[in-house]
Amino acid sequence: MKTCILAIAMSLPLLAGADDSFLIRGATVHPVTGPEIKDGSVLVRDGKIIGIGHNLSAPKGVRVIEAKGLHVYPGIIDSGTELGVSEIGAIRESVDTGELGTFNPQLRSEIAINPSSEHIPVTRANGITTVVVMPMGAGGGGRRGGGGGIINGQAALVHLDGWTWEEMEVQKSAAMAMRFPTIQSPFGRFGGGDPSELPPGFTRTTFTDQKKTYESQLRELREFFEEARRYQKAKETKAPGFKPDLKYEAMLPVLEGKVPVVAMGGHERAIRDAVKFADDEKVKLIIGEPRELGKMGPELKAKNIPAVLGPTLALPEHEDDGYDSAYSLPAEFYKAGVKFALGSFSNEFSRNLPYQAGTAVAFGLPKEEALKAITINAAQIWGVGDKLGSLEEGKWADLMVTDGDPLETKTQVKQVFIKGKTVDLENKHHRLYEKYLARP
Amino acid sequence: MMKAFLTTLLACAVSYAAAPILIQNATILTVTKGTYKGSVLIRDGKIAEVGEKVTAPAGATIVDGTGKYVMPGIIDCHSHIASDAINEGSVSVSSMVGIPDTINPDDIDIYRALAGGVTTANILHGSANSIGGKTIVLKMRWGKDAHDMIFQGALPGIKFALGENPKRAGNPTGQRINATLRYPATRMGVEDVIREAFQDAKIYQQEWKDYNAKVARGESAVPPRRDERLEPLVEVLEGKRLVHAHCYRQDEILMLLKVGDEFGFKIRTLQHVLEGYKVAKEIADHGTGASTFSDWWAYKLEAFDAIPYNAAIMTRKGVIVSLNSDDAQLMRHLNDEAAKTMKYGGLTEDEALALITINPAKQLMIDNKVGSIEVGKDADLAIYDEHPLSNYAKVDKVFIDGELYFDRDKDIAGRPAKEADKEKLLEKEKQMEQQRRPNGGTNRRPAE
Repeated sequence: MKTCILAIAMSLPLLAGADDSFLIRGATVHPVTGPEIKDGSVLVRDGKIIGIGHNLSAPKGVRVIEAKGLHVYPGIIDSGTELGVSEIGAIRESVDTGELGTFNPQLRSEIAINPSSEHIPVTRANGITTVVVMPMGAGGGGRRGGGGGIINGQAALVHLDGWTWEEMEVQKSAAMAMRFPTIQSPFGRFGGGDPSELPPGFTRTTFTDQKKTYESQLRELREFFEEARRYQKAKETKAPGFKPDLKYEAMLPVLEGKVPVVAMGGHERAIRDAVKFADDEKVKLIIGEPRELGKMGPELKAKNIPAVLGPTLALPEHEDDGYDSAYSLPAEFYKAGVKFALGSFSNEFSRNLPYQAGTAVAFGLPKEEALKAITINAAQIWGVGDKLGSLEEGKWADLMVTDGDPLETKTQVKQVFIKGKTVDLENKHHRLYEKYLARP
Repeated sequence: MMKAFLTTLLACAVSYAAAPILIQNATILTVTKGTYKGSVLIRDGKIAEVGEKVTAPAGATIVDGTGKYVMPGIIDCHSHIASDAINEGSVSVSSMVGIPDTINPDDIDIYRALAGGVTTANILHGSANSIGGKTIVLKMRWGKDAHDMIFQGALPGIKFALGENPKRAGNPTGQRINATLRYPATRMGVEDVIREAFQDAKIYQQEWKDYNAKVARGESAVPPRRDERLEPLVEVLEGKRLVHAHCYRQDEILMLLKVGDEFGFKIRTLQHVLEGYKVAKEIADHGTGASTFSDWWAYKLEAFDAIPYNAAIMTRKGVIVSLNSDDAQLMRHLNDEAAKTMKYGGLTEDEALALITINPAKQLMIDNKVGSIEVGKDADLAIYDEHPLSNYAKVDKVFIDGELYFDRDKDIAGRPAKEADKEKLLEKEKQMEQQRRPNGGTNRRPAE
């Protein structure tokens, strides 16, 4: 299949008007993995970057894009989204993020992505070219959070371009999405105080209840892994009576360390538990959407465990946290030497991911690190660091041309390329803008 | 009595803020009178002087603004912080209840909003019913009591709500808290609820007019029975109470404007108004303000045609537009939200900043007091370390009425002490637990 695509791609430049070969010149080029190049050029052939530097010349027949005064950056990667699997949050029929059940490793978010989602063109218009689509396991197909799912399915890494989900695919099983069992701190305005103040229909669980649930879920999780290992062994040894099982089959790449587990946690306790769990089970771990780092920095660093941080623009987790605790969390991870990427963990706000990174800079993260968190670090964490995330020879030409710093809101994205192909920046929002601005 | 109290209060404020404050060498974003490098002088809680060169009066506190940006304190025209209750959703018309009775000055979100440059917020009832409760404008005077947070002189308001939210309680299959269905279940019913209420209010208003006329003529008369549900609506009819109406779709926006025309009242602000760009002409013609989100969309069906160009289109078509938060988190970076209108629709810096300062002040009819840096206005100011329309900016200091209510340096310097306090409390809790255990301590209580 892959060779087939490659063969087609290679034959394209021979066709008139082939789109995925071009030279951008005169721009400030930001490779992210190297210093910026003033008056630089990027040469793309058959969807791949084949040259980067000063004064590159266009081979015969390759079109030239003059980009004087503009900037070239790698396309942005959002490390946690519901893009394509959720259209309108409040309408259950349009949301496919959370399946029923506790252990669902066999579920694949990729196959539920709607390539015609209005969110896709809206998002890529701001330079987001690749996203992780994460199953959330809320149960009953509702929104994420508070659900009973523990292993929620396979997160997919996809390009925001393609006629089908298959064409969008970058990494069909980028990680196994897991909600790590935890003891929830009292939630929101119904967390403390007088139980009689709870609105009808709301209940509050006590710490003792929560601890019981947490312990039994942790036990179930360990048992599930143990069963998966027995299955693995039975399969290897061709044990008599062995029967294939979709759930355990889906666990094999995790047990073999080929697919990491992304453990959605939150608090320090969940992070600590997840690290211990990954040690015991010898699986590759990514910490998902942590709300604090606590004292876990040195251990995450020593064990090379990366994290995908959630929105920087978030409220502090606890009432007595510093007002800026979420704003400065990326800087805290950076100072602790823990590798991290950023995720929007939404669909409608995915386009604002660069601004989440910008706020992290205001609160102590070096600017170049903020950019890495939405490009190369993300690519490396999701196992495609050799293909995406920076402007380097041999990588796919996922890039954007801007009129300034992409972490600043007022910057306009002028052009976007995915695998060298020009992406249409038109979208629902811009269409409605033109239509109603012109209303007499 | 009230007057005497206020005078005392004023005297206190004056004595407290007696030392003038001079913010020097900063970039001053006045919003209404351009941007310049210079100073702002605060005296007696007011902006006393602005200009490139302002001489420091004797005894003035100097704030060095080198490299910093001073802008008017942000005004959020739609917030639910600092309130213990939001929705009285059991009835379709709940104008007899109100946020003024539920102010919670200890809500940490007040401090967090301050740290995001917000100095004034319009605290609204929720959107569960067609006519909701009364609303109030507060200043973010963190540390003061509920009464002292009130923005004196701001007109009171009332919340209306159209569309999906007020319909929800009438939906037999939807998510409802109440077991019984509540009218209305459609947008048709929402209009009816509002028209019925104002029909009643008109009759009630007339009863009082007749009564007062009789009394004035010296005739004997029995006063009408007081109706706390209709009184706020009469105030709306008389222009003494501002209507802030939650709405999304163009049809319902137009409907409400027409109902206002029919009964002779104005809608002061349309809140959310995500399809306002489709009927910007009609909104502008009614002199109604629009208070919207920058780029929220798709969270529900009525938000599916929302576009981030909404504020810009409405501005270009002559509507007074503000950006609001409706959310304790979003409230903390309304300056970032304003920047989005430069990207989507090409507003200028001053137009973008106006959306979170002078425009919401106009909508709340407090622009004679706040919303821009002009001599004579309240010294409600936010100082940023970078241009506030940059994502790299953060708030350094916030003044309300010339008093320093937020200071990032002080906040950070105070953290170790707070941390130590917390540790001590945790230690104490541990000790108490130890004492409670059956085998340790005094064993005064039985084990659970």
